[in-house]
Amino acid sequence: MHELGVTESIAGIVLRHAEMNGARRVVKVNIKLGELTGIVDHYVSFYWDLVTKDTIAQGAELNFNKVPVVAYCGKCREEFRIQEYDLTCPRCGELASDIISGREFMVESIEIE
Amino acid sequence: MDIQILEGVFDANEKIARENEVLFRENGVLAVNLMASPGAGKTSLVSRTLELLSGEMGIGVIEGDIASSVDAEKIRSYGVPVVQINTGGACHLDAAMIREALVHLDLSSLDLLIIENVGNLVCPAEFNLGEGLRAMILSVAEGHDKPLKYPLMFSQSHVLLVNKVDLLGMSDFDLGTLQETIRRMNPGMVVFEVSCRTGEGLSSWAEWLRKRVAEYRGGATG
Repeated sequence: MHELGVTESIAGIVLRHAEMNGARRVVKVNIKLGELTGIVDHYVSFYWDLVTKDTIAQGAELNFNKVPVVAYCGKCREEFRIQEYDLTCPRCGELASDIISGREFMVESIEIE
Repeated sequence: MDIQILEGVFDANEKIARENEVLFRENGVLAVNLMASPGAGKTSLVSRTLELLSGEMGIGVIEGDIASSVDAEKIRSYGVPVVQINTGGACHLDAAMIREALVHLDLSSLDLLIIENVGNLVCPAEFNLGEGLRAMILSVAEGHDKPLKYPLMFSQSHVLLVNKVDLLGMSDFDLGTLQETIRRMNPGMVVFEVSCRTGEGLSSWAEWLRKRVAEYRGGATG
């Protein structure tokens, strides 16, 4: 629901780094996005064109690397992928001690010219 | 040319949240981020909590709303310090808004700060305010399937108040199903069944919160 604000934050980060590196144009933005965040990539892409209009990031491709929700079972000492937000370990049936990925949301890298 | 960045989209918010957290720590104030849908009973719960606890500890309230100060007026009638934040359209509070609001509160006179977030089950969960406790309300009228639809808030909150339990007989809300979903999703979550209308279950909530405040202050001074 707050994709517009989030997209503005992404654009801020991207433009700051692009300018620091003397870019003429940003070609591509790689974003890491955990599946537990409520962010809908489709809407971020939609706002991206609006937010970057008349900047050097206009027209840059947004590439989302989705990170699945993964938990760690302390008993089995194994990681497992979470389906339907159920922390039950598929091997032993105990509940996982920690969620270890799925909340990521960062600008990983940019490709500039 | 590829440039590595590795900068979190919420990093700016997280930085301010940590500064707020330090302020709360130094002043021994347990900050509670209270989140729920519109109409779930956030303001009612704040009112009831003030009735039960404001005589024995210093409580302040921050009211977050997209517009209006209706809730702040209500809370002010309890004689506690209240700061209204109008987010001007934003669907959640963020750490910078809290930092600005804190200027208007004397933290040294408080033990508990209740922050009523904007009515929304999605966005508030993404924005750390620096709080010591995340609390949320789910009201019976909303249905027991909400954790699966809004997993982030349900998986990040420490305590869930199921409000309007006086309506249970008039709805298809299944408490057993909700408890099982919560157990699998967030096993550490504490659940209270309450009705802000009848007062049912609220003394258990107040007792629990009283202990959290004492623990937090113990940790802050020792």
